[in-house]
Amino acid sequence: MNFEFNEEQMMLKDSIVKWAQDNYSFDQRRVSADTEQGFSKDNWNTFAELGWLSVPFKEEYGGFGGSVVDLAAIMQEFGKALVTEPIVPTLVLFGGVLSESDNETVKAEVIPSIIDGSLLGALAVYEAQSRFDMSNVLTTATDDNGSIKLNGAKSVVLGGGNADKIIVLARTSGGQNDTEGLSLYLVDADADGVDARTYKLMDGQLAADIHLENAEAVLIAENGYQVLERSLQSIHVALCAEATGIMEVLNKTTVEYTKTRKQFGVAISSFQALQHRMVDTFMAYEQVKSLFVGTLCELTDSKTSSEQAAKTVAALRTLTAKNGKLIGDEAIQLHGGMGLTDELSVGHYVKRMMMINLMFGNADFYQEQFNRLAYSAA
Amino acid sequence: MDNSFSAADLEFQQEVRAFFQKEFTPELKARAEAGADVKGVAVEWQKKLYEQGWIAPGWPVELGGTGWSPVQKFIFESERCDAGAPDVVPFGLKMVAPVIIHFGNDEQKKRFLPRILKSEDWWCQGYSEPGSGSDLAALQTKAEKDGDHYVVNGAKIWTTYAQYADWIFCLVRTGNFEKRQQGISFLLIDMKSEGIKVNPIHSIDNHHSLNEVVFENVRVPVENLIGAENQGWTYAKALLAHERTSIAEVANSKRNLAEIKELAETQSNHRGRLIDDPYFQSRLSDIEIELMALEYMDLRVLASMSAGDTPGPEASLLKIKGTEIQQALQELRMETIGAYSASLKVDEFQNKLHQAGSSSRREYMYGRAATIYGGSNEVQRNVIAKAVLGL
Repeated sequence: MNFEFNEEQMMLKDSIVKWAQDNYSFDQRRVSADTEQGFSKDNWNTFAELGWLSVPFKEEYGGFGGSVVDLAAIMQEFGKALVTEPIVPTLVLFGGVLSESDNETVKAEVIPSIIDGSLLGALAVYEAQSRFDMSNVLTTATDDNGSIKLNGAKSVVLGGGNADKIIVLARTSGGQNDTEGLSLYLVDADADGVDARTYKLMDGQLAADIHLENAEAVLIAENGYQVLERSLQSIHVALCAEATGIMEVLNKTTVEYTKTRKQFGVAISSFQALQHRMVDTFMAYEQVKSLFVGTLCELTDSKTSSEQAAKTVAALRTLTAKNGKLIGDEAIQLHGGMGLTDELSVGHYVKRMMMINLMFGNADFYQEQFNRLAYSAA
Repeated sequence: MDNSFSAADLEFQQEVRAFFQKEFTPELKARAEAGADVKGVAVEWQKKLYEQGWIAPGWPVELGGTGWSPVQKFIFESERCDAGAPDVVPFGLKMVAPVIIHFGNDEQKKRFLPRILKSEDWWCQGYSEPGSGSDLAALQTKAEKDGDHYVVNGAKIWTTYAQYADWIFCLVRTGNFEKRQQGISFLLIDMKSEGIKVNPIHSIDNHHSLNEVVFENVRVPVENLIGAENQGWTYAKALLAHERTSIAEVANSKRNLAEIKELAETQSNHRGRLIDDPYFQSRLSDIEIELMALEYMDLRVLASMSAGDTPGPEASLLKIKGTEIQQALQELRMETIGAYSASLKVDEFQNKLHQAGSSSRREYMYGRAATIYGGSNEVQRNVIAKAVLGL
């Protein structure tokens, strides 16, 4: 039994910690986040040089060949540093789904460009009417003598404002909510018929609503819904890894703040009412961290059934969402008025965590998923 | 990252499972569940464990321990809960024995330990007093030297199973110092001594397990003092840390959760089976998801203990979360059963729901104690605030 990251993973984590210490103070981060694209291209190139962008990809494409644990290791540190560079849209979402797709030509061409930092990607699944239902797709794909055209609109595409290439889920057959008849396609962001209306999200990243009108596309996977479901497992774990990093920072920052903030002549950390609230947020973090390492163990154990894996991941996302909300709310509350200021990092960490906790579903959505997996078969 | 057991551990698991299947007979199980003969069932079961050599996993091997690794102890506990077998009565085996082993003299070890191993003496714990609960150092029961005896006066309270006990281990005040913790001694007292009176305290579970023990000029031989006079607080503190780690009760809660699921498959509401009710499902998964996290929290502490670390303040965390989950399960079990959970009768009805309801009520009511004993959950929060968060 062993619940620690291995030496190689610790080295990877340390390299991010060290880079962030030297180059990514909260003020330096703000400079990147406040640009029009929402991040620094120089930083992105550094990430590529340091090998971080190669972690989740197979060696045959020039990747590091990392497991879900390796990805989780680096995501925790990106969470702590609150990086605004498009790690999630490009590496986790676009890269994650691309890796699970089955067009070898596309993979061999595109993945090396992610790794060397020259290509940014985005994943376009949801539409205005679909909320968290991936199968609710009206965008169509038609094949006209080998030339595939996409028509429709995709909503809140993360990183969609910066992407060079976009993976799009579109329908070839079936009704609006069918999980069958969906395929995944790759489109160039600057192709004719691709119109990205960009806007900033609360965590600083540049999203887009994307309209597709006879946009030319390449098929990368049939059974698009199933491929997405398969990819989601590592995506969920990566996002929860980032969230654990954020929770750790929020708790530490809050404890430190209460030790320095004086009211009624004493540090407010001396008040028992506040101490117990900070103990509760500490426990909330330890719960998530424990289930998180447990999930990593289960996902890398060949004896874990796919039902068990899906159940554990749903549990992890539920707990991450609930406890993350508690930790975020308490961090702001215990900072008092300062917690409301844009000047402090607290609010920025909270907003990023809120963003994570509405990606692909929210607490209720994941708990309902858990309930279905755990009880409905009984 | 790896949460799997070694081949040797898996083999051990089979051995333990076979033992419980053979020795924890349906007859014994039925008597344990009925709860009428607490002492008889406990002694009979503990003697079986003694014969197997498994009665005291926490003791050093040369004194009767098993020499198990932390993982083996964990496996034993899990299998015990799966089998529905009761834990040993802790006061002798898990509470006073470690203190005698670490701080007692050779004569005391020879005199008390073998009788504890064989369940020949029943022990109870004399810590809390009417004026001293969470603030244990406020205790006032006095022991004054008179020749080769101490004369003890005062009262202890919440003493579980004092009505069965042959011996009580007490914290008593032998000196008055500026620091209250300094004047406390650890004394073993024969319950048959003249001047001891046991007053029953009937609890809200409609049972009698708690007592007040009053001491009036009770003469205790000085050889019953553990270690040095006025050093009892140090000895008791070592023991309290031990008590906390055994409080998370993950395996027990997992079993409770499984039983609630089974009940919910047979119970119904106006829409159909209770287990299919979305609202009930979320009540259940609120707890199940926290329990999954607690299990890994427990395993993380176990893994660090296997690596040689001693459990620190994280034991407080296990206590708080473990007891919160226990209580949440007790509540949900009552609600799952419905009106039968109000029943006080069990013996004369052969109705399964009557039995389940009555025991669920009893567990719920007595279960309120879990967040109070072993250092209340508020005191545990104080411990974490100070020791972990540095507040």
